[in-house]
Amino acid sequence: MKAILEIKRGLPGAEPTVETFEVAFEHGQSILDGLRAVRRETDPTLAFRFACINANACKECMMLIDGKVDYACTVRLKEGVTKLAPLPKKALVRDLVTEIAPPDERLHGKS
Amino acid sequence: MHLETDVLVIGAGGAGMYAALEASKAGASVILADRSLIGRGGATVMAQMTVAAALGEQTPDSWEYHLSDTLAAGRGLCDERLAAMLCREGPMRIREMDAWKVGWARNGDHIAQIHAPGHDRPRCVYVDVLATGPAVSRTLRTQLNLASHIRRIGDLAIVDIVVRDGIACGAVAVHLATGEPVTIAAKSVIIATGGLTRLYRRNSASFNMGGDGYALALRAGAELIDMEFVQFFPIGHLAPRLVGMDPIMWDPFRYKLGGKLLNSEMHEFEDDYAAQDARSDGNYVLTRDRATYAITKEVELGRGSPAGGAYLSFKHVPDAELRRSFGPVIDKLAANGIDLTKQLIEVAPIAHYHMGGVRVDESMQTGIPGLYACGEAVGGANGANRLSGNAITEAFVFGARAGQCAAKSALQAGAHWSNEAAAPALDMLRSGAKHDTPNLAVAVTDLQALMADKVGPFRTEEKLAEAIVEIDRMTGELGAAPPSSGQSFDPELIDWLDLRNMLQVAKAVAVPALARTESRGAHQRDDHPGLDEAWTLNQIISLSGGDISLARGANISKKASA
Repeated sequence: MKAILEIKRGLPGAEPTVETFEVAFEHGQSILDGLRAVRRETDPTLAFRFACINANACKECMMLIDGKVDYACTVRLKEGVTKLAPLPKKALVRDLVTEIAPPDERLHGKS
Repeated sequence: MHLETDVLVIGAGGAGMYAALEASKAGASVILADRSLIGRGGATVMAQMTVAAALGEQTPDSWEYHLSDTLAAGRGLCDERLAAMLCREGPMRIREMDAWKVGWARNGDHIAQIHAPGHDRPRCVYVDVLATGPAVSRTLRTQLNLASHIRRIGDLAIVDIVVRDGIACGAVAVHLATGEPVTIAAKSVIIATGGLTRLYRRNSASFNMGGDGYALALRAGAELIDMEFVQFFPIGHLAPRLVGMDPIMWDPFRYKLGGKLLNSEMHEFEDDYAAQDARSDGNYVLTRDRATYAITKEVELGRGSPAGGAYLSFKHVPDAELRRSFGPVIDKLAANGIDLTKQLIEVAPIAHYHMGGVRVDESMQTGIPGLYACGEAVGGANGANRLSGNAITEAFVFGARAGQCAAKSALQAGAHWSNEAAAPALDMLRSGAKHDTPNLAVAVTDLQALMADKVGPFRTEEKLAEAIVEIDRMTGELGAAPPSSGQSFDPELIDWLDLRNMLQVAKAVAVPALARTESRGAHQRDDHPGLDEAWTLNQIISLSGGDISLARGANISKKASA
């Protein structure tokens, strides 16, 4: 089976681009599995945040999946197009990575 | 950017958070840094159950009984001073966490304790339902919020410890979110980065456990001990595909419901192996090394499950009982299309914990003054095999001890920071330039496959020697300069820094594994079966001329306990 990931990416301050990646997948695999496969197979520069791997323990892989805020580790890959974008209400860091730490746990404080 | 503090704690899992709390309580200023978010990454948050402490709530107990089980599981190699500290101080920390409202499960009017494998009685506390790790992390984060003088900084990856005149004086880091280099002057530095399970293909699923702390310690001039002993968790989830759950989830199911391990002939094989272990009575008390052995042997003998493991069956357990015990988890399983009343799942050994680690004294200090370690990053307490339930306990106990001792020495020390000593690491970070590297995300996967195939639970001289050659080749290919510098959240830079550590640590495992020509605990040599009394000693690793150097030490467990 093939999933098509349409990813809104870029750096803060620049016009984001939408890039499309195709990944093969098996039934039950997560969006996070797909993103990690994209880095291995196509584009190692793609940035996304996670600490645990598909365990839904660290809660770091939150992003916009088909327009809905969700965890990349619990939403499944599907055939056809899945649209991924960074969280809209958080400051963009790069690609799918946003500033999600509480302000007092950041190097640059509340800035 | 330059920061200053009394105590720098690297890693914000259970051990690091406890260290920060105790250092603050002792009057020191603290920076608690994590490459991920505070209290989210690492292994603690993944823990689902079983924290061992001789509370005597469920049944009369004493810390000496817990110590006796710990030493027996360690197969003669435990550092008895550290093991005794873990067992003696564990109950105090468990009660402290209880007062902080972690929510240990109750059995009537007392804290519930269950009987986990390798223990002589019910001793392990937990938070329902499979929520021990998240509850522990949340509780410690709340305490951090209430404490004073603890600055928490996430997205801060420590690149190297800075050592001046043989004394640790801080660290060089890279702020992942912006890519900027950061120097941190600290009078004491505590390594609390956890273990190395990410070196293996199948693991307990933490991206941050690539052995960072071992590599940091080595490059700072400190020693590692018992690095050949990697614990494989015998019944990690293998199939069908399951997301949103930790792959070690089946252990608590077995404690409560007694799941059956079956081979492809539907034969329950655990008892066949239990009989070979004097400490086992056949009632799911196979220690983890024995269970890993049993499953791997069944697969080798052609009796494995289709995905290459063993079957685990809960079909004998009525649906109502499954729901009563693990309701929310049963729902998650249903979302994954798994119905335990109708189907078997497949399990296999996965890298879970590292017994080896940074060599420390009773104050958690390494051989480098000012440099401390705690939690899983420490080696010695668990010898050749860790007793289940000891990992979170050691995170609390060693974390607290490291925080106290590091604060005490920091408050007596003068500033020791040196820009000159920090220069090599800063220069390395700034030397980054786009150059021809293979895809480093693939290189990580290659290293994981190499370690799983050649430096897994069952080893031979041939496989280990091949692994060392390949690790050296990959190290050469990685080069001395990162592929980029100064960019925000650059995954290629992160991979490069990770591989720099992972390759060094991989070799620090393979070299002592090759030297140890016997089978003991988690180190099993197919070409040297059986325990050899002459090998009742610890192997010490250090860095010499940039390469891994091996020494043998007399077993320190023979020293009197504290």
